[in-house]
Amino acid sequence: MINVSPKCIGCNKCVPVCPFAAIQLIDKKAVINEACTLCGACVQICPVSAIEITREEASARDLSGYKGVWVFVELMESPDDAKRPRIKPVTFELLSVGRRLADELGEELSAVLLTDKNYGFEKELGAYGADKMYLAENPELYEYNTDIFATAIIALVNKHKPAAMLYGATIMGRDLAPRVASCLYTGLTADCTALAIKDGLLLQSRPAFGGNIMADILSPNSRPQMATVRPNVMKLAEPIYGKVAMTVREDIKIDKNLRRVKVLERHLTRDKGGVKIEDAKIIVSGGRGMKTKEKFKVLEELSRLLGGVVGASRAAVDLGLKDKSHQVGQSGATVSPKLYLSFGISGAVQHIVGMKSSDVIVAVNKDPNAPIFGVAKYGVVGDAHEIAPKLIEALKKK
Amino acid sequence: MHIAVCVKQVPDTTEVKINPETGTLIRTGVPSIINPYDHFALQTAIELKRIHGCRVTVISMGPPQAKSVVQMGLALGADDGVLLSDMAFAGSDTWATSYALARAVKKLGKADIVLAGMQAIDGDTAQTGPGVAQQLGIPQVTFCEKIDIDGKKIIARKLIDGGYEVVEVKAPVLFTMIMPKDYVPRYPSFLETHASLKKPYYVWSASDIGAEAQYLGLKGSPTQVARIYPPPQRGKALMTNGSAQEAVEKILDIMRKEHFIAE
Repeated sequence: MINVSPKCIGCNKCVPVCPFAAIQLIDKKAVINEACTLCGACVQICPVSAIEITREEASARDLSGYKGVWVFVELMESPDDAKRPRIKPVTFELLSVGRRLADELGEELSAVLLTDKNYGFEKELGAYGADKMYLAENPELYEYNTDIFATAIIALVNKHKPAAMLYGATIMGRDLAPRVASCLYTGLTADCTALAIKDGLLLQSRPAFGGNIMADILSPNSRPQMATVRPNVMKLAEPIYGKVAMTVREDIKIDKNLRRVKVLERHLTRDKGGVKIEDAKIIVSGGRGMKTKEKFKVLEELSRLLGGVVGASRAAVDLGLKDKSHQVGQSGATVSPKLYLSFGISGAVQHIVGMKSSDVIVAVNKDPNAPIFGVAKYGVVGDAHEIAPKLIEALKKK
Repeated sequence: MHIAVCVKQVPDTTEVKINPETGTLIRTGVPSIINPYDHFALQTAIELKRIHGCRVTVISMGPPQAKSVVQMGLALGADDGVLLSDMAFAGSDTWATSYALARAVKKLGKADIVLAGMQAIDGDTAQTGPGVAQQLGIPQVTFCEKIDIDGKKIIARKLIDGGYEVVEVKAPVLFTMIMPKDYVPRYPSFLETHASLKKPYYVWSASDIGAEAQYLGLKGSPTQVARIYPPPQRGKALMTNGSAQEAVEKILDIMRKEHFIAE
């Protein structure tokens, strides 16, 4: 329950901070209406501590037996070997952050692999930090199926009781994790951008409200504490080759009738050879300021010279300057290249949430007050149409 | 067939701006809208009704003002509407929300298809749909862009990582919908809205759906918001003004310094 005590001085500080428009000032007192989600933004801002949220504690579950951090291993078809899948890069990113969390807890980091065959991934998983590899091998695990994978994970969790479990926020991870969380009645936080340990609990930070605010989330009364993380968000650790994860074989029984959803056709559209924008190391991106499709082409040449991929803001895509598959931002791709070089992008919030974790952002824009300079490491005030061709010239001379 | 569509009223997050001085949300003038993905789910249900003559029920959970999204569903062609509204639901995370929605679907009787948007634009979690499916004990097919009913089978085209799949499933089943590229949202006309006021509309409380209080609201939610704060700002960029040639030299300098091109 949320209560406003008579201490309220009617200062109006809480009204604008409420993300849900749930507070009104009536007779110089804050009054909270039904739109309140008990998020606590008003409690933090209140200068006189007049707003209080009281939480009835859920019936205490015994959580003492839950130890260790787990990472769900996601496999993908390998472009060069049809018989042997590859581990998705996001898995290594999760192991990198998971290693840090496990060390802080003084517990083990384990990779959980559901597969039809043992492909011998213990070296790769070990190199990125896994102490153990739980290997559930069963012919029914030949392809992803929600019910089958969720049932297997739930069985393993109930048997080994991990304290925390991380998944990639891929389409598969975002399908699987909520099913598991719902069944286990445990907390799940989507799209975390930072993970830490606080008082023994997993502190999960994520953007909310279309990236307009950040929230720290805890799941204090349930285990495992589960989180998904989008690809390209966590820094990859340096692999330690020679470290091998200890294989723990798990015999999983799978009822064939669980396959209630049957795959009739699968089409992989990932163009062979080409680099997807999510995986690009260098992105040269253009916005509304590029004006025409013809003028946008200069960025394509620049990108080729740098060995990068072309990106575009939503405004540029809406104007037809570039195809939607190149769109970066909330309604496009989340990217995290080493270099993000932008031309004529002002930097609306929707764009920034999709590229702000790039290592180095260099922005070129005419307007010195463009919001993109708020996230860029280097800002250049100038005309993209003059600078981009000159840059191409200079790079060609080299 | 009976289709239940779950819709949510959300603030239009694309209209939200941040006050750069205080780091707080500027919410003034931000409209409440139907979650765009739910809007597509609703239109998908109405289209299935047009072809196959299904019964469509719109369900939402929220404060009393969320009635408007249920009303919109009725105006677009749904047969009846339900709003779950009760202070007991306040503070529900995705777990508690899916518990309540699943209880409501159960109360409707036998729903063959449950539809929802893939995620809501205010939370972006994509967790409530699968949660409802799990609570109902039915299969889920997430991130769909098309659904066809073919006798007893339902065929869906869904996104997967790096492509798409066509899958087959039998009712009862839950689908979550993405927005296809060529999709045009339809809004009801005045006449449709007016006519929809006569359609059955119910407000259900926690006790109406037989929900146990311990699984609802803040108390029933496994996740808790510990803190809300403005997104971290990076330091101001190192700025360069000057001629285009100077700018080019500067960019080359940066790329050398950051090792993107050779010294």
